[in-house]
Amino acid sequence: MSEAALFALQRLSAKLLAPLVIVHLVLILYAVHGGLSAAEILERTRGSVVWGGFYVLFVIAVAVHAPIGVRNVAREWTRWRGRSLDAASLALAFILLALGLRAVAAVVLPG
Amino acid sequence: MASPPKLDVRIWRGADAGEFVAYEAPLAENQTVLDVVTWIQRHREPALAYRFACRVGVCGSCAMTVNGRARWTCRSHVKDVVADGRLVIEPLRNLPRIKDLVCDLAPFFDKWRRAGGRFEGAGTRREPMPATDPDTDARRAADAGIECINCAVCYSACDVVGWRPDYLGPAALNRAWTLVNDERHVKAREVLDAVTAGGGCALCHTHGNCTEHCPVGISPTAAIAGLKRRSLRRSLGRRWRRRGGWT
Ligand code: SF4
Ligand code: SF4
Ligand code: FES
Repeated sequence: MSEAALFALQRLSAKLLAPLVIVHLVLILYAVHGGLSAAEILERTRGSVVWGGFYVLFVIAVAVHAPIGVRNVAREWTRWRGRSLDAASLALAFILLALGLRAVAAVVLPG
Repeated sequence: MASPPKLDVRIWRGADAGEFVAYEAPLAENQTVLDVVTWIQRHREPALAYRFACRVGVCGSCAMTVNGRARWTCRSHVKDVVADGRLVIEPLRNLPRIKDLVCDLAPFFDKWRRAGGRFEGAGTRREPMPATDPDTDARRAADAGIECINCAVCYSACDVVGWRPDYLGPAALNRAWTLVNDERHVKAREVLDAVTAGGGCALCHTHGNCTEHCPVGISPTAAIAGLKRRSLRRSLGRRWRRRGGWT
């Protein structure tokens, strides 16, 4: 993938993440403020297509956005370059994707 | 009678390997840093190497690091930059050193060219200059960056240039932005391709150090933000075209 394509992906995922993060934070505040228990939260998320879709999108955007940024930082602050760095960034993307989707499954899929 | 006030000046002598040498220079009410360097070269150190030409802020050749900050020395007054009666003068950062205060500007101008900085018009010298409307958005964007004197102060102030030697840097990208917005320039697409490639505008952190340092008040940060927008649009447009959709 070209640098231009990576840049485009990172910018687009950032645009996507901005509203998603805001909703996510508001949601946390709401849940904590309202004193919802874990069971009450799960009750609302389990089987919810909306929250499932929301967080799947969130996880995908993070898995695209973060590794590109980390790769840039590595190239600025270390001498790490080339294929091994690209491979490591890709691996990070899959790790984030796997961890994220697992977490989404845990709160959305019926227990 | 008290002796006249003196200035404590430390100047870098040598290239990468070298040392600061201390000089005493007369302190005058109205003098620039370049005046001080010139006085030292004429009266104390004939072998001192430094660059200048116009002495009035036009040619962009006199930039140095003065008390830790990149400046155009011909228009930096001693009284504005002196700290505890002392001036510490070094070459610019981020450029290979040649001797004393002189840097090799070849990488700076090579990048300027790599960013597509050379103007190319459609006409020949026998045709009249095409008129440009000063009131279009594009022309205003070009005019905002056109007065760059290529002093490399911004280049020296940019941390990303230090981290990523392939980064084109603020001055070359600012130049590219003026050309992308110049309706007479026939190679705007090539410029956009050059600044979108690796080492291009995507590397800018938008932290504005270049803008903060530019002595003529240009904002390369804004120019680069413009390039980012345009290059993003262009890469997306290309992808859609390749897939045969949307356009
Ligand atoms: S805004 Fe961009 S070009 Fe300017 S100093 Fe910061 S990183 Fe460098
Ligand atoms: S943008 Fe400003 S600081 Fe940078 S080279 Fe041009 S005049 Fe100098
Ligand atoms: S000597 Fe020309 S800009 Fe300073």
